[in-house]
Amino acid sequence: MRKLLSVLYVSTPESYLSLEGENIVISVEGTKKFQIPVHNIESVVCFGYLGASPALIGFCAKNGVGLSFVSPYGKFLGRVTGGVYGNVSLRKEQFRRSDDETKCLPIAISCITSKLNNSRVVLERCIRDHAENVDTKSLKEISAYLKINANRLQKCETLDEIRGMEGDNARAYFGVFNELILHQKKHFYMHGRIKRPPTDNLNAMLSFLYTILAHDVQSALETVGLDPYVGFLHRDRPGRPSLALDIMEEFRAFMVDRLVISLINRKQVTAKGFSRKESGEVLMDDDTRKEVLTAWQKRKQERITHPFLNEKIDLGLLPYVQALLLARYLRGDLDLYPPFLWK
Amino acid sequence: MMVLITYDVNTETKEGRRRLRKIAKCCVNKGQRVQNSVFECLVDPAQFAELKHKLEGIANPETDSLRYYFLGRNWKDRVEHFGAKQAYDPEGTLIM
Repeated sequence: MRKLLSVLYVSTPESYLSLEGENIVISVEGTKKFQIPVHNIESVVCFGYLGASPALIGFCAKNGVGLSFVSPYGKFLGRVTGGVYGNVSLRKEQFRRSDDETKCLPIAISCITSKLNNSRVVLERCIRDHAENVDTKSLKEISAYLKINANRLQKCETLDEIRGMEGDNARAYFGVFNELILHQKKHFYMHGRIKRPPTDNLNAMLSFLYTILAHDVQSALETVGLDPYVGFLHRDRPGRPSLALDIMEEFRAFMVDRLVISLINRKQVTAKGFSRKESGEVLMDDDTRKEVLTAWQKRKQERITHPFLNEKIDLGLLPYVQALLLARYLRGDLDLYPPFLWK
Repeated sequence: MMVLITYDVNTETKEGRRRLRKIAKCCVNKGQRVQNSVFECLVDPAQFAELKHKLEGIANPETDSLRYYFLGRNWKDRVEHFGAKQAYDPEGTLIM
């Protein structure tokens, strides 16, 4: 099994990244602040204005280290990766299936089933752990609704039907999301999921972490030789990593939503760390962003037992494992793509 | 695995100072300089073999010495630090 290496997050906007020998060097205003050998790094996420030297970009590409650029506020700008390696016939198979709606269906159904299941587990956990503090009735209702839909989903015959159901379910799920927030309710309250730009604290945190997750999923797909831009449920659109978005559906609830809820409930983030711009967009300050990223990295190092492989893995390798399973399915080694189902 | 690499290079001659610089550069490419001639390198066995080969090609066995300490995977329990030059944890959260 592959080893999970660290991700380097560069969160000081004035940092400039460069290459020295085989080291990534971070300097701020001309002075060296930090350096680390490239081979200890899985990928780099840079939240700066200044970017990286061409030499470093080249070296990262050569060594398979993903380099992503995200605006200081967490908006994804672009990424650099080396040539696409892996198997041409695998990729061609991916393209062929993507063009054929009937062949997209089983994968799309797998991904969304997993999304519904995992969202439901988030709700069920809350009912179980905090039965006396929350509106159990509405949570149970939505949980049951998700369950019925997960069954109905299996009979969907078009992708549009799936998309419709997914939308309905997301609305229902985020409709009761506020119930999961037990503390600081006044400051962390959402009126539905709002993105581009997020206009409340809760949405800002979700959007930020979804961006980070998308980065991880995309790298994972690239490592196994799949094309992250050719999706099965999400349609092709220039610049949109559709397959990454498909596969990401499985992890949103498990990896991001759960983390956001505990960060708020444990008061690791507070309303003070957020500010609102004139446009209504809500932003996190540097400290909050660091707190969130640290929690994210910690979460990725937790060990879980993968429900399909029955093997202990770092949570951070989950996107990679799912990408491998998808590749196996496309090659015909598996009869069905087994999505990640959280219990 | 974590390998601690230390060296002593005889710098009385110009040639020796040259070897010192070369060895330091090799080590810094693979690890973290925790003290002047002490490096902590987080490498896999293949990377270590490569590094070792390189270093031993540069060093002069008559005058210089290299020592490798293998701290394994649970190296964090085996290392304590006191004082200045706080080191970073290459497996930990890296936020700059």
